[in-house]
Amino acid sequence: MTDSNASTNDAPIVSVRKVEKTFRRGGEEIRVLDALDLDVPKGEFLALMGPSGSGKTTLLNLIGGLDQPTGGSVVVAGEHIEDLSSRELADWRAENIGFVFQFYNLLPVLSAARNVELPLLLTSLSRAERKRHVAVALEAVGLSHRASHTPRTLSGGEQQRVGIARAIVTDPTLLLCDEPTGDLDRKSGDEILSLLQALNRDQGKTIIMVTHDPHASARAARTVHLEKGQLVSSVVAGAMA
Amino acid sequence: MKFLGLLWGNLMRRKLRTLLTVLSIFVAFFLFGLLGTIKEAFAAGVTVSDADRLVVRHRVSLFMLLPINYATRMRQIDGVEAIASWTWFGGVYKDDMKNFFPNMPVDPDALFDVHPEYVFTDADKDAWRTTRTGAVVGETLADRFGWKIGDRVPLKSPIWPKPDDSAWEFDIVAIYKGKKPTTDTSSFFFRYDYFDETRPNEKGKVGWYMVRVSDPDRAGDVAAAIDAEFANSSAETKAEPEAAFQQGFVEQIGSIGTILMSILSAVFFTIILVAGNTMAQAVRERTQEIGVLKAIGFTDARVLALVIAESCSVAILGGAAGLLSAWIIGQFGSPVPELLPVFYLPPSYLAVGAALILALGVAAGILPAIAAMRLHVAVALRRHGA
Ligand SMILES: Nc1ncnc2c1ncn2[C@@H]1O[C@H](COP(=O)(O)OP(=O)(O)OP(=O)(O)O)[C@@H](O)[C@H]1O
Ligand SMILES: [Mg+2]
Repeated sequence: MTDSNASTNDAPIVSVRKVEKTFRRGGEEIRVLDALDLDVPKGEFLALMGPSGSGKTTLLNLIGGLDQPTGGSVVVAGEHIEDLSSRELADWRAENIGFVFQFYNLLPVLSAARNVELPLLLTSLSRAERKRHVAVALEAVGLSHRASHTPRTLSGGEQQRVGIARAIVTDPTLLLCDEPTGDLDRKSGDEILSLLQALNRDQGKTIIMVTHDPHASARAARTVHLEKGQLVSSVVAGAMA
Repeated sequence: MKFLGLLWGNLMRRKLRTLLTVLSIFVAFFLFGLLGTIKEAFAAGVTVSDADRLVVRHRVSLFMLLPINYATRMRQIDGVEAIASWTWFGGVYKDDMKNFFPNMPVDPDALFDVHPEYVFTDADKDAWRTTRTGAVVGETLADRFGWKIGDRVPLKSPIWPKPDDSAWEFDIVAIYKGKKPTTDTSSFFFRYDYFDETRPNEKGKVGWYMVRVSDPDRAGDVAAAIDAEFANSSAETKAEPEAAFQQGFVEQIGSIGTILMSILSAVFFTIILVAGNTMAQAVRERTQEIGVLKAIGFTDARVLALVIAESCSVAILGGAAGLLSAWIIGQFGSPVPELLPVFYLPPSYLAVGAALILALGVAAGILPAIAAMRLHVAVALRRHGA
């Protein structure tokens, strides 16, 4: 099932080459990523693991165009991230990337539906069209009945599902999830993982998911480990929970 | 505007804080409107003066009288077009000093001639010409006492008592309007002939003359000619342009204006700090959310615009309410019509107020907005669980 998606297209959707990322803290330079290579084919569900501080979020940020590499190249959906201006990156993200965060990062002042609608405000869709897209996205995560609720009145699992609805509402090329189950109990976490899996399987969404949890990575088609700035191993999971 | 929901949500995030900021801006603009109204009320007396009018009074004091036949002599002077005599009557309504309003005997046709700023219909004019005890009152004054045409108004004057010491009785024959909003409509005029025949003493004497000249540029020359005409007589005159007559008043208004301006500047400076602080706080506590918006694809410019829009919304809410309240108060008329007959907020203040509102919104929002714009998306998102 996963393999059929993974091999539909030979050009990878994410192609990271000799990427370097250093941060300056005080007078000191910290090299977080060092000559890192990674290819992600279209339709893959990839898990990214590694110890805390190993640079998982940093790598995800580079792939999602939230940050730019110090060296090397990051090509995502045919675009060289390192060559884009901050403005171009913003537009590119709006079109291509859906983010899911560990702490959901919903705007507390907006209802679930309004939160999901946010990315659509940047499109030229009419009000009615936006409404329809929001309804479809909420339906996909099984939260239609909570549309008018504010985040505060939703459980963690429900908030994360709103977060996922917000990430998929523009039908992006790539879904990037940074520890999407990190703040959830096992049961809610499983529901989120099943949801991601279904999105990957049924809608062919390419997903990169950072996680600390082997139980979560087991749901992915492939797992890569980040250590000392480089990917050290690549495990193809046979298991489908 | 599709971002209105987001804007509103952010305003409602800390309702009390937003309310307090809106309130302080409200107070500032209410004060602005009210002080503007007061300043204009003081200035109204000056702006009603016409460049083509002279005031001719007794050289020694405004309270000394001039002979009525001066009018005939002044009419001979080149450049004099029309003349009206005024006399301070000082009548008191219902024996209560609190009921004070200016009341004066004048000649109806002279008043129509020299003071076109008082608007009468032809029917009004005829009614007054044919009613010896007739009086005309301004609409502000009529409103104040609920007078209607046909009402009989008794006035007692300590200066001009009737021979039998009873009250003078006048019949209201017309209610005049002002040509401009600044025109005084709180006066009471009655006929000079009735007054002169009835008063027991000082017959044939008037308080001062208003003289309309044919060419405002020559007003100074005409004034000099008038004073020359009556030089070395028992009642020498002092003729001067109406505006100059009110010069002392003008200077007072100048200093009132300066005081008001400095109060307002202090208020607005404080308000910019208050509103600016609110916006800075709002942006700081929202760092992570701004990161999310940027991750979703909001550009830096859009984030900047959102913060400025929020700050302007707060300014508009408070400022518009403040201006409106000041304007409404003006619509109720003067609380002290005897002192400040003209009392309303001129539209020019509303325009300046609107500009100030936007300036305040931008000034308070600009630094926080730039801070929000400069926030690096990846760094902002790192503020976990804020
Ligand atoms: N903007 C920054 N400035 C300085 N140092 C940074 C910055 N961003 C990340 N780092 C550092 O880079 C390293 C990698 O951080 P990163 O967040 O990518 O790790 P991570 O693998 O996601 O960790 P975790 O599992 O705890 O989320 C850390 O040492 C971190 O302190
Ligand atoms: Mg991380």
